Amino acid sequence: MQDALAVDRLQFAFTVTFHYIFPQLTMGLALLIFIMKTIALRTRDAMWDDAARFWAKIFGISFALGVVTGIPLEFQFGTNWSSFSKIAGGVLGQTLAMEGVFSFFLESSFLGLFLFGEKRLGAFWHWFSSLLMLVGSWLSGYMIVLTDAWMQHPVAYKIEPNGWFGLQSFWGLLLNPWGIWQYAHNMIGATQTGCFVMAAIGAYYLLSVRDTNYARLFLRTAVITGVIAAILQLYPTGDVQGVMIARHQRPTLAAMEGLFHTEEGAPIAIIGQPDVQHQKLDNPLIVPDALSFLTYRVWTAQVEGLDQFPQSDWPDHIELLYFSYHIMVGLGTIFIAILLLAAILLMRGKLFDSKAMLWTLMLAAPLPFIANTAGWITAEVGRQPWLIYGLMRTSHGASPNVAAGNVWFTLLGFLGMYGLLSIVFLFLVGREIYRGPGPAPAALTSD
Amino acid sequence: METLWFWLIAIMLAGYVILDGFDLGVGILHLWIANTDAERRTVIRSIGPVWDGNEVWILAAGGTLYFAFPALYASSFSGFYLPLMMVLWLLILRGISLEFRGHVTEPIWAKLCDAIFWLASVLLTIFYGAALGNVVRGVPLDANGQFFEPLWTNFMPSGQTGILDWYTVLVGIVALAVITLHGATWLAYKTEGELHSKSVRAASAIWWLVAFFTVALTLVTFLLLPHHFDNFRSAPWGFIFPLIAIAGLLGIAWTNGRKDKVAFLASCTYLAGMLTSVAFSLYPNVLPASTDRAYSLTVTNAHAGEYGLKIGAIWWLIGMALAVGYFRFVYGTFGGKVSDVESDRGAEY
Repeated sequence: MQDALAVDRLQFAFTVTFHYIFPQLTMGLALLIFIMKTIALRTRDAMWDDAARFWAKIFGISFALGVVTGIPLEFQFGTNWSSFSKIAGGVLGQTLAMEGVFSFFLESSFLGLFLFGEKRLGAFWHWFSSLLMLVGSWLSGYMIVLTDAWMQHPVAYKIEPNGWFGLQSFWGLLLNPWGIWQYAHNMIGATQTGCFVMAAIGAYYLLSVRDTNYARLFLRTAVITGVIAAILQLYPTGDVQGVMIARHQRPTLAAMEGLFHTEEGAPIAIIGQPDVQHQKLDNPLIVPDALSFLTYRVWTAQVEGLDQFPQSDWPDHIELLYFSYHIMVGLGTIFIAILLLAAILLMRGKLFDSKAMLWTLMLAAPLPFIANTAGWITAEVGRQPWLIYGLMRTSHGASPNVAAGNVWFTLLGFLGMYGLLSIVFLFLVGREIYRGPGPAPAALTSD
Repeated sequence: METLWFWLIAIMLAGYVILDGFDLGVGILHLWIANTDAERRTVIRSIGPVWDGNEVWILAAGGTLYFAFPALYASSFSGFYLPLMMVLWLLILRGISLEFRGHVTEPIWAKLCDAIFWLASVLLTIFYGAALGNVVRGVPLDANGQFFEPLWTNFMPSGQTGILDWYTVLVGIVALAVITLHGATWLAYKTEGELHSKSVRAASAIWWLVAFFTVALTLVTFLLLPHHFDNFRSAPWGFIFPLIAIAGLLGIAWTNGRKDKVAFLASCTYLAGMLTSVAFSLYPNVLPASTDRAYSLTVTNAHAGEYGLKIGAIWWLIGMALAVGYFRFVYGTFGGKVSDVESDRGAEY
């Protein structure tokens, strides 16, 4: 059912993009909350506990949205991609089921304990809950990235007698090198989201001259963690990803870079719009030889352009792939610049008085969400036209028995539902930010 | 190996129904049982720390189903496309209304959340019941193991069936009664005073309905779908499952209002007995075909490769042992009557 395929793709793309707004924030915040609780436990300074409690509220709201928007993704494997699921479930079901069994139970149990049990648990066990929340959410991320990594770079599988893919080696699947690097890159991206959001709220409080003690604490935690993450994002994790794509997804690399023709000493285009029809870049601004060096560590190495591959193996949205990749890299570079500068100001004790930097940090909060989303679009559009790279095409994966009309019906339903969720989310998080991290007035706690 | 996985998944699904069942039941009941805002908050606090973990059981069961029986996952999820998507929307609305109720102190917000929570709980329970009804009745599978059911056709349980027909709607209504009773026994166990006596009264009133429906549905099922009796005929030891259900049902009547915890556990036993009876009567089918029995998906033609199933059994046992450990810890930490407890997030519920 070809006409349904486009809607199936659109629905998955929309629901997964919307979903990932929340996990990147909660995985990042889980780390930052754990850092705060650790400092609180060591220093017995109540301010760090207050700060962790404030962030736990924002974590809780985001986590709830991450959970409810995550379920539709697992379901869609069966509902919209049944041909794919039937053939690949023997492999991919492993990581998905392990996510449920190992991390969801852990996360949900200890989130409940963390949010509701501070008095009952005592300082140590409350800290311990924050650790297990971190482990649970990061483990969940690993299983999901592994699932995607198998589709990007299938390993450890065999073909069963009935033609389905079966598992060949458990540890091979679990230690897929593609997955390990992709995971590292992804988690560091999530950490940056958490850091930028925390820094933005700190900057907002300082600029509004309220809760300034907490604001300084947020900024310090976020900038120090963030600058480390921003650098690791580029090197080694981003760099290795690029090299792996060059080795295993050759047409993808060419499309990402807008390299239509094979070149020795290939350049990197910093700016330029791909014109796929005429196979050229408009108004390119290039760094000569850079792509050859980054890919092969030799300035004059030959890099294959799209002309080396049959058009049927080209990613089917070259423009989207090109731009999402460039947005990701561009923003990643800007993050390093902002955070390095902020860290230097912090070390010199000038960060809290630098209005320009505080404004920058406050306004930068949406950018890591965009960068992470662009990164995932690069990965998934770059995988096209394959559903499982080299093994199964996307056009063969959809449910043959679900008509386009039914998918439109549910896609529109998701659009409405998620529009509603966005409003509720912004309203509730806005309220928590407005209330602030300070101890609540007596009227609110005497319940 | 695949028989083992059949039963492991049946146990996970039964675990889901028992655990999420009581918070669904609380959702159905709370508009009647809890009349003031303070009572509402007590009721919701009784499930606040645990409902999310309960809901994880369906995710874990779904993931396990995907990995052990990929053909079943593919066929049933695409065939039940529409009701599953609606279940998703209801799960979203329900989770959001429950989780965010306490974030705003305006009474109108709380009322809206309560109403959404009630409606989503009622509809979810009916849908789950109807889904079970569909599996028991069988679906119009073709030779490739595929089908697609619209929401309804002519409401008859034969031929080109829809999700809803008189039989599956009946199962949905029975599920509503059963889950309401389950929620009432939970509330009786977790609350005190006025709330407690109202819960006990509700439980004893619904008990009669559940007892009647249990007998009626069993009779209807065996008249309409007599092949479901085959397994009991060939392996009479299977009667242990319905006997467990009957023991649970009588246990509720025996202890309701006197031993709250035992009554709740009896309700769990009843649900476990009912669901394992269904699983026993289905085996070896996992999705029976209403068209031609030969098209049915069974444990033999739907399972994944042997190696994966064996490896899976190892990590599944480890993972579930851990999960049971967390659940004991959480339920232990939040044990006892809720009104005794001063919530840490007092302002939020």
